[in-house]
Amino acid sequence: MTTAPLPELPGMPTARPAGHPFDPPEELAGVRPLARIPLADRTPGWLVTGFAAARAVTSDPRFSTRSELQRLVLPRFGMPDRMPPAPPGMFLQADPPEHTRYRRLLTGRFTVRRMRLLTERVERTVADHLDAMERAGGPADLVTAYAQPVPALVICEILGVPAEDHARFNGAARTFNDPAATAEETDRAWQELYAYLRDLVAAKRSAPTDDILSELTDSDLTEEELVNVATLLLAAGLDTTANMIALGTFALLLHPDQLAVMRDEPAAVDKGVEELMRYLSIPHTGQRAALEDVELEGHTIKEGDTVAVSLAAANRDPERFPDPDRLDLRRDAPGHLSFGHGVHQCLGQQLARVEMRAAFPALLRRLPDLRLAVPPEEVPLRSEADIYGVEALPVTWGPEGGGR
Amino acid sequence: MRIGADRDRCIGAGMCVLTAADLFDQDEEEGLVRVLDGAPAADRERDALRAARLCPSGALAVTDGA
Repeated sequence: MTTAPLPELPGMPTARPAGHPFDPPEELAGVRPLARIPLADRTPGWLVTGFAAARAVTSDPRFSTRSELQRLVLPRFGMPDRMPPAPPGMFLQADPPEHTRYRRLLTGRFTVRRMRLLTERVERTVADHLDAMERAGGPADLVTAYAQPVPALVICEILGVPAEDHARFNGAARTFNDPAATAEETDRAWQELYAYLRDLVAAKRSAPTDDILSELTDSDLTEEELVNVATLLLAAGLDTTANMIALGTFALLLHPDQLAVMRDEPAAVDKGVEELMRYLSIPHTGQRAALEDVELEGHTIKEGDTVAVSLAAANRDPERFPDPDRLDLRRDAPGHLSFGHGVHQCLGQQLARVEMRAAFPALLRRLPDLRLAVPPEEVPLRSEADIYGVEALPVTWGPEGGGR
Repeated sequence: MRIGADRDRCIGAGMCVLTAADLFDQDEEEGLVRVLDGAPAADRERDALRAARLCPSGALAVTDGA
């Protein structure tokens, strides 16, 4: 069945509009809710840009995340057009019921209540890093001084990964999301991280401590599954919230009225964090493969077809979010798709919320005159990365002269 | 209004607790949904419906009825 012909783009757009680093590629708004695009191997694929359609695809069990069923949406250097199945334990690339088995082992560890119990601990970590920034004085790179170390320390503590080993896994975690990395480099990064976590898990097995990895040694997971679950959780905790804190601060610095809301209105913090996530959509694109023919927006997606889902475009759909391109921290519109939707919705989302709800206001209250130390157009962006963000965020504070 | 929850569908994302902590909780062991108040007062309808709409796995149902 076909209704009106669909618009077609020459490829998945990735370029952010000049001077608007927080907006999705401009082409996306013109092709809501559904379009055709050629995939990396030039075979025809689908592109979802509407909010309702994005929710429909990501929550429909007839669409799979299994890697061996997907075609790459964008070419990645050295990557084959067809991927092998994900190794056991990498449950983001697994469908129910396999996915369910892994996720159920973990959901009890990441509940709203458990994560809120970490609030004081997170606030202390936040304060420690602000102390260090004040002692050292500006200018500073907010990414390395604040946005990266705070979530890294927290996820390490929850998992039971020694924070002093940070240097051993942080490089690997960044390589996974670096589109400039060759397949060989990505492969080597996985192997390094795998070897590190395999040794760590073995140590937990012989001398358990009070953390998630120790608890998982008591489950029915095989060694390989356990190490892959650990790899996934660590990588997911390192490179996501860090990008939100840094890119979110950049966005607030360019929207001083909204920065004031985050700094001065405690009652607006929770909604403000959701709005920053909606507005920035750092995991900008998801994808699925159809397990059978599926009707979507009056068109038939054929079994085997790959569907790219632009979470960034869906989060700016005016049918769901009025005046979607405006950053409005008081907006009462929950349900953005930046944690995804469906059974793969982010397992660590309540932890991320606790971290962001602590990190943004504390930073802005401690350093109320925080400002960019370079012109905004010189802030280096992670334009090609799977998780959007800034490479660095040079900031300063205090009397003029310390920076710009 | 009646609230029903399907724990087999639940994936423990916690959106319901985040939206209406007086209506929903997650159990300690599995982190799956527990309905605290399955027949709440009418003034809780908006949040109950919102929680059902936000649930990523479609595990919640809000129906009419006393």
